[in-house]
Amino acid sequence: MALTHQDIARIANLARLELDSDESERMLSQINGFFDIVEKMRAVDTANIEPLSHPVGVVQDVVLRLRDDVASETNQREANQRSAPAVERGLFLVPKVIE
Amino acid sequence: MTDLHDSTVAELAARLALKEVSAVELARHFLQRAAAHDALGAYLSIDEEVTLQQARRADEALAAGGVGGVPALCGVPIAHKDIFVTRDFPTTAGSRMLEGYRSPFDATAVSNLAKAGVVTLGKLNCDEFAMGSSNENSAFRRVLNPWDHARIPGGSSGGSAVAVAARLAPAATGTDTGGSIRQPASFCGITGIKPTYGRASRYGMVAFASSLDQAGPMARTAEDCAMLLSALCGPDPDRDSTSLDVPAEDFTRSLSGSLEGLRIGIPREFFGEGLAADVRTAIDAALKEYEKLGAKLVGISLPRTELSIPVYYIIAPAEASSNLSRFDGVKFGHRAKQHGDLLDMYRKTRAEGFGDEVKRRIMIGTYVLSHGYYDAYYLQAQKVRRMIADDFQQAFRQCDVIAGPVAPTVAWKIGEKSADPVANYLADIFTLPGSLAGLPGMSVPCGFGEGGMPVGLQLMGNYFAEGRLLNVAHRFQQATDFHARKPQGMRAAP
Repeated sequence: MALTHQDIARIANLARLELDSDESERMLSQINGFFDIVEKMRAVDTANIEPLSHPVGVVQDVVLRLRDDVASETNQREANQRSAPAVERGLFLVPKVIE
Repeated sequence: MTDLHDSTVAELAARLALKEVSAVELARHFLQRAAAHDALGAYLSIDEEVTLQQARRADEALAAGGVGGVPALCGVPIAHKDIFVTRDFPTTAGSRMLEGYRSPFDATAVSNLAKAGVVTLGKLNCDEFAMGSSNENSAFRRVLNPWDHARIPGGSSGGSAVAVAARLAPAATGTDTGGSIRQPASFCGITGIKPTYGRASRYGMVAFASSLDQAGPMARTAEDCAMLLSALCGPDPDRDSTSLDVPAEDFTRSLSGSLEGLRIGIPREFFGEGLAADVRTAIDAALKEYEKLGAKLVGISLPRTELSIPVYYIIAPAEASSNLSRFDGVKFGHRAKQHGDLLDMYRKTRAEGFGDEVKRRIMIGTYVLSHGYYDAYYLQAQKVRRMIADDFQQAFRQCDVIAGPVAPTVAWKIGEKSADPVANYLADIFTLPGSLAGLPGMSVPCGFGEGGMPVGLQLMGNYFAEGRLLNVAHRFQQATDFHARKPQGMRAAP
């Protein structure tokens, strides 16, 4: 099943990417080219196979660790905002969201 | 006495400890070389003041420490792939999106090495967000292979491989998601190791595919890799939820063990039609050398090798699309100058900040994670991933390590595959299976192929078998000198 221009526009919207028409055209043919090699994977019988997320889970139980929900860092707002595009009085600035 | 830049990390560490050379002298020497060979494009940022300050601190520690009082790597200069965030240098991940970005903290890999006394020479070029196999996806500069300037150095840790091969740094850090340490190491004739997934902390590595990304050292010898890996690895329980509770090891201890009776598995799927004849010749000769060292070759099968390409190129972009959603022009990085509302700001910021390959992977990843496609693509890929990992466990019943080529060919010409993303993906075939299984893997220089280009032998071990792998590589390097060869034109001073 090949993707269409509409699909590319829908995915680009979900991904928050603006694509011009040339880019969109190129993306369509390249992504369809890629999905040709995916067909073999889709055909594999995976009944009763558990998905694998932490690879070492193949040989041992791996529990993704959670730490206690307590602050471990001191406040470093200034350092953390140093590379922000727009900041005022310690707040990140964005275009107006609510009229 | 060997030239400073021809010395290995182990030799430099010994000379520093004996006060034959100072950390400041070493730092100056390599910075001069980096400047003289700037045209190779290996470095993205250098800050002489910061480096010399670190070197002076190392010299003070060396002066105060006495024998055994300072860490083995104290004063050794290395450079970091620009995917590790650093407080003292900018971090770009090879992307316009992060141009000029300064991290408020150091990656754990960086701070672990700093604790061991390592001095940072600068940050090294790479494919944008570590996505690529040729380093042609860097947003800033092209990286040239020092063995032939018309060829790519491999990727994504291309700058790291070139810095080491051209003697612009004695060693470097790299990261490997689908082969990004092993393949450039192979293409540039150096040694690199990717440890077991979870052994090295991912904290402060700009995230590409979180279930695959691993840090590792790139150097000229297995011994150097062992020294650096010992300092780099270790649990990071509070900062990386996937970091494993496996204590740090001194990998140098097991280097000289005998290879008598070692069973080397040879996966037949790695030696099929796709493997270039020149690479095959070099690999076959290396395997013969191992037989001379007492190892036995055992035929094995990794039947789903070819499937690792679609599986990887579904999983990695899916995770990338999620990880890269943080680049929205709000908290850090680029923001489009001209924009309308918030949504338009996001779209334009990301359109301007990301390069073609990154956009392609975000698109693929967004699609396979979207409603109605998740089960058919992402979940299916994670299931086949388990089958691939199981195949390795099956194979390791018959052998101790697995050996084969790192890549089907030697480094290709710049531009040769840049118009065809799928052609690039297919060239990753031999590194992807080990990545998906999270196994440790190495590239070890083992000969030369077409155009005099280096060929790397890939060694893969079972989980946590880094010590054995380094031992297997070290014994080979004691019997051969491929790792000591260097590109023409790199002899000249400074």
